[in-house]
Amino acid sequence: MSEQIVNNNTDRTPCMSGTGVTKIFGAGANKTVAVDHVDFAFYPGELISIVGESGSGKTTLIKMLLGLTSVTDGDIFFMGNKRDIRTRKQKKEYWKGIQAIFQDPFSAYNIFNKIDTVLLDCINMRGGRKLPKEEKLRMITEACEFVNLKYAELTNKYPFELSGGQMQRLMIARIFLLRPKILLADEPTSMIDACSRATILDMLMKLREEEGMTIVFITHDLGLAYYVSDKLLIMEKGKIVEQGAADQVILNPQHRYTKQLLADVPKLTETWHLDDEAGPATFIRANPNA
Amino acid sequence: MGNVILDVRGLTTKYITRFNEGVYAVDNVSFTLEEGKSLGIAGESGCGKSTLALSLMGYYFPPLHYMSGDIIINGRNISQMAPDDVRLKVLGTEIAYIPQAAMNALNPTQRIIRFVEDVIQAHDPKASKKDIYDLARQRFEILNLSPDVLQKHAVELSGGMKQRTVIAISTILSPKVLIADEPSSALDVSSQKMVIRMLRDLMEMGYIKCMIFITHELPLLYNVTDDIAVMYAGQFVERGTAKEMVFDPLHPYSKGLMESIIVPEAGTREIKLAAIPGTPPNLKSPPEGCRFAARCKYAQPMCQSSSIRFLELDNARNYRCILPEVELREAYGRE
Amino acid sequence: MKTTLRQVLRSPRFMIGFCTFFLLLVIIFSYPIFNPGDPLEMIGLGTFFKPGTYVSLYDSVDAPRIYTLKLADSAANRIAAKLLPQDRVDMKDWLVLYGIDEETIDIEDTRALLELWWRNYDPDLRIDGMIRARHNAYVRLDRKLNGLFNSEDLTILRPNPETGEIEELLVVKDSDYVNLQDVVNVRVLPLGTDNFGRDVLRQLVSATATSLLMGLIAGTIATFIGLLLGLISGYVGGWVDDFLMFFINLFTVIPGFILLILISYSIGQEERSATTVAIVIGLTAWVWTARSVRSQVISLRNRDHVNLSKLSGHSLPRIILTDILPYIASYVVMAFILQISTAILAEASLSMLGLGPKTTEIFTLGLMMNWAMKYTAHLNGAWWAYYPVILTIALISFSLNLMNTGLDQVFNPQLRS
Repeated sequence: MSEQIVNNNTDRTPCMSGTGVTKIFGAGANKTVAVDHVDFAFYPGELISIVGESGSGKTTLIKMLLGLTSVTDGDIFFMGNKRDIRTRKQKKEYWKGIQAIFQDPFSAYNIFNKIDTVLLDCINMRGGRKLPKEEKLRMITEACEFVNLKYAELTNKYPFELSGGQMQRLMIARIFLLRPKILLADEPTSMIDACSRATILDMLMKLREEEGMTIVFITHDLGLAYYVSDKLLIMEKGKIVEQGAADQVILNPQHRYTKQLLADVPKLTETWHLDDEAGPATFIRANPNA
Repeated sequence: MGNVILDVRGLTTKYITRFNEGVYAVDNVSFTLEEGKSLGIAGESGCGKSTLALSLMGYYFPPLHYMSGDIIINGRNISQMAPDDVRLKVLGTEIAYIPQAAMNALNPTQRIIRFVEDVIQAHDPKASKKDIYDLARQRFEILNLSPDVLQKHAVELSGGMKQRTVIAISTILSPKVLIADEPSSALDVSSQKMVIRMLRDLMEMGYIKCMIFITHELPLLYNVTDDIAVMYAGQFVERGTAKEMVFDPLHPYSKGLMESIIVPEAGTREIKLAAIPGTPPNLKSPPEGCRFAARCKYAQPMCQSSSIRFLELDNARNYRCILPEVELREAYGRE
Repeated sequence: MKTTLRQVLRSPRFMIGFCTFFLLLVIIFSYPIFNPGDPLEMIGLGTFFKPGTYVSLYDSVDAPRIYTLKLADSAANRIAAKLLPQDRVDMKDWLVLYGIDEETIDIEDTRALLELWWRNYDPDLRIDGMIRARHNAYVRLDRKLNGLFNSEDLTILRPNPETGEIEELLVVKDSDYVNLQDVVNVRVLPLGTDNFGRDVLRQLVSATATSLLMGLIAGTIATFIGLLLGLISGYVGGWVDDFLMFFINLFTVIPGFILLILISYSIGQEERSATTVAIVIGLTAWVWTARSVRSQVISLRNRDHVNLSKLSGHSLPRIILTDILPYIASYVVMAFILQISTAILAEASLSMLGLGPKTTEIFTLGLMMNWAMKYTAHLNGAWWAYYPVILTIALISFSLNLMNTGLDQVFNPQLRS
């Protein structure tokens, strides 16, 4: 199925793609295949959602894409070239092009660093270390304005003094300063309230429209994934079982797993059938020693 | 009107923090629940919905303290009872409580049947092991749980299975009221569905008379409960039937909340998501007037000062706003 | 940060521990100021002098003024002090043989015992079955008892420095007193002397200071090594972790104390200074710190703030210093406090076995115990030579452990009530 997608977009090169990407933890009897021969291609300016339940391997895949975890097998291509991030210098260069927003804003910040440090780090990373102080201040103020925060209220504060929504917006301000080509957003709205969710999503959309960023959105919430993205990737047990345009996947699912997921989510207009099946056949966890 | 099982009048509880400050987490909450009905409670994190669940049990331990109000279950007021009486006479038989992480409450070194024995023997010390086993087996079978589970240890069960087992054990004494606080939020959607199915079976078979279901997931509430109450800053701001609440909310806050619902259905992508700016008030010193006034689009000068009553409309619908129904609908219509 | 500090200061356990420890420090620093002197000086010729005030007999004679005091119980006290325990037992034996009910005789009550004796004893009375030597011994005892009541004056004679003739210097009556203030040489030994005749209290203060310093050195070394290995092993992972864990596990299975004994022994008595012993203790005590720091770091390593720091292009040392170390700092402080406490105990155990620092140069709490044990203080009833030492060791380890649990309550969210 992935080949179809690639063929559909032959006119453009994907900014990130992977073939046969695999991650195996442990060895021998403890071997766990977290990501199993995954093929994908992200095109510039797209918003792609990776949907899967806990344990589906979506977080591991993201960590591999970010270069935080090694890849057991397969190739990842970045901006058309095979990715090579063996040295620290290469990694630093790579991270200028790809950045992430994490799920839990409360654990994503170093509680000993002030907000100013977080934002200044981004300017330094973009090679702005030697810029005059006023210029740095202007850039930070601009980034804060982008996410509807006032720098004057943030300066000399610690991240944990903000609310969850504000912290997540600060994370977006960070992305605004770094301006990566690809942004991986790992469930950025799952830990914050529904009322703040729209704000965060709006800002992600703005980043995509104004900066032309490619956004990879990871979530377990099918509704949210459908709402925000152009393309959906459904993951089950380390494999991508279905991928395609959002409307196609949600309104006309092909794979058994996608159908089941859609049936299990409570909806507003369709009736939620509780008795359609007896649930997974094996509800008792397999004995690893057997 | 059916038989009222649970009647809560003006319940107020507060947390007393380490630095001796009081936080009014549940402030003057009143509602009734009839036999066979379920009430869903929705709200942002920190609005006091979990505290309400704890408060309803009548079992208070620091830092939570009872302030005032009545909790009447089947004609018996439990809010003034001694904690030990509540534990022995109310919990399990009148009220059962299932928290989000209930599945982690199972001691991994014990077989499941031991927990069933514990629950039953706490109320009937003379019950024989055979009777307990038979009862548990019968109940598990009715609830679509394999009786084999009774002989297993908690570690051998999956998360959803554990959660369902805990629910089955907690309701083995057929309590009148079941309070479920986010019972399925930590689970996968397929397990969530089975947990919900079990709750529905319990209701339908009459093992529990009524249910209070707390969650922040509105589509879930819409599908599970008869009524929905929206909570904001420790107070109920609106209560009505699930359908009314989701498709025709009256209170500006409920409206905002309902407009943030996204489900994977046709037409979802055309919705404009609503965002409510600002943050909820600090409950250490809540504002005098309407607690939502600072974030409300329709706020008027009066909202800040006068206290707002929980109005009841003729169709058993309540909402807490200074504006009359007609004006609110007009305002919504203009947008 | 501020609230954490306030919580620490509000923790009763921490404050009790801290105050006890602080008091010890105050004593250690202030005692030598008020009572200067070399703790190694042997002032007493003889072993284990009792705690008390020592007055120079010689200088008492030369006191500028003799006071006369009429104290009612002075004679009774004197007799009671002179009547030896063995004599009392002998008296009781005779009286029982004579026919007095054993129950009525109280050998502690000097007055009643003597009255009973004089009422009943007759030197001419022969008791059946008593051998002659025994009989004579009782006659001698009776004479001695009569001598006790002798309150004749003492005459003190001194040779005249010019003529060499012996002159009467002073006649001392039983009611003569000198004021302690007037006597030139008085020495208070609150805890007596040890086997070498050295002041135990002065020794104890100096030993506590040395032991604490040794604890500090050993604790610093152990914490530093443990922290370094734990951080590297936990954060870097991979084969570095495997190698370091092999090394750490090796040290875990070797009993630390036995290793300590072997190293101390091989260094040799002459080479062992307090610093050497402290370093040796530190070199064998880091294992648990390393293990626990490693496990803490492993749980931190995959936290999002570390990932964010990596994505910001920070270098490895910077990540360890700013993103890992501050998070485990409270834990390391607690481990450090515990290390000091265990190091002091290790020194005490080591010195008691005779493997502590060189005995002739310095005092440590363990060495004091070692001497007390070697010179059988416990058999001589010289409690002052070891009880205060045991108490000090207990107090140090008690206060440090209390501080540790107090900190633990504040920093460990699971223990917060």
